[in-house]
Amino acid sequence: MAAGTAIDPMGVEAAEESAAQEFARVVETHRPQIFRFLLASTRDLDLAETLTQECFLKAHRNWARFRGESTAMTWLMRIAINLEKDHWRNRRMQFWRQTRNNAVDLDEAAEWLPSGERTAEQQLLARERVAKVWKAVAGLSERQRTVFLLRYVEEQELGEIARATGLSEGTVKAHLSRALVKVRGELGGKP
Amino acid sequence: MNSLKKDLRGEVEDQDLDQALENFRLSVYAWSEAAYSRPRTASVARRRRSWRPAAAWALGCVLAAGSLAGGLYDRHHRRELARIAAVQAARQRQLAAAQHARMEDANLMATVDQDVSQEVPDAMAPLAQLMDEDNNR
Repeated sequence: MAAGTAIDPMGVEAAEESAAQEFARVVETHRPQIFRFLLASTRDLDLAETLTQECFLKAHRNWARFRGESTAMTWLMRIAINLEKDHWRNRRMQFWRQTRNNAVDLDEAAEWLPSGERTAEQQLLARERVAKVWKAVAGLSERQRTVFLLRYVEEQELGEIARATGLSEGTVKAHLSRALVKVRGELGGKP
Repeated sequence: MNSLKKDLRGEVEDQDLDQALENFRLSVYAWSEAAYSRPRTASVARRRRSWRPAAAWALGCVLAAGSLAGGLYDRHHRRELARIAAVQAARQRQLAAAQHARMEDANLMATVDQDVSQEVPDAMAPLAQLMDEDNNR
């Protein structure tokens, strides 16, 4: 090996430390958002925590291969979506277990609405409507739910959603439109 | 983010729906924040529920072992019956062969006796004649 191409062990160590610090920053920044998405998708605290851990573990193992073609958030969201998909696929195989046995009730999920500056009556009405949105979301297909949550909870752009889900923007729009029809229908509006 | 919110409003085109979606988003945020900072009790909950999969596995193992043992016993039993039948058949074949051999020996001896009694050497012919006469008397 030529002297010019010899690997400097101090340089490797420094690069590794820098990568570790960078990854720690990514975890700190994006962990709450990934957890929130998984919690809204599964309505199961333990499951959302487990999947969030798995997501960051997987990301850590593959951090060196992340080339920055998309944002770290999009990359992490893609991992989280795939983990959730795998989880339900595996769960379907375990026929003796009840699916969603740890998921909280739809009404209970709607209880988390901040009171703000509303009257008690307005709050009650708002909670009822949020419970209806939860009900509609629970009835959506896996893809529709993912796209809906990324758009209306995480407020992501269509392009970002397309990159995170691996779908085209047109397909994302179609899923989103069908999801909105169902939500509107549940709220009693024009379908 | 403001332009995105405008986009979202444009997409929904319905004040009520827009408000419901906004409240839904706020409720998810509030729930997630509360859950994120809650004290972790997952290990306790898991321990309480852990006997179920263990019992299911144990039952599964017992059933699998039982069916395996039953299958093995059945196979062993069939083999034993086949072995006994083979031994009995071999013994019968041996008896039949021995009986057949005995009959062949007896027939041979009878033929030899007959031959010996009929064909007497010339030198002993007078003696044989005398014996026949004595027998006739």
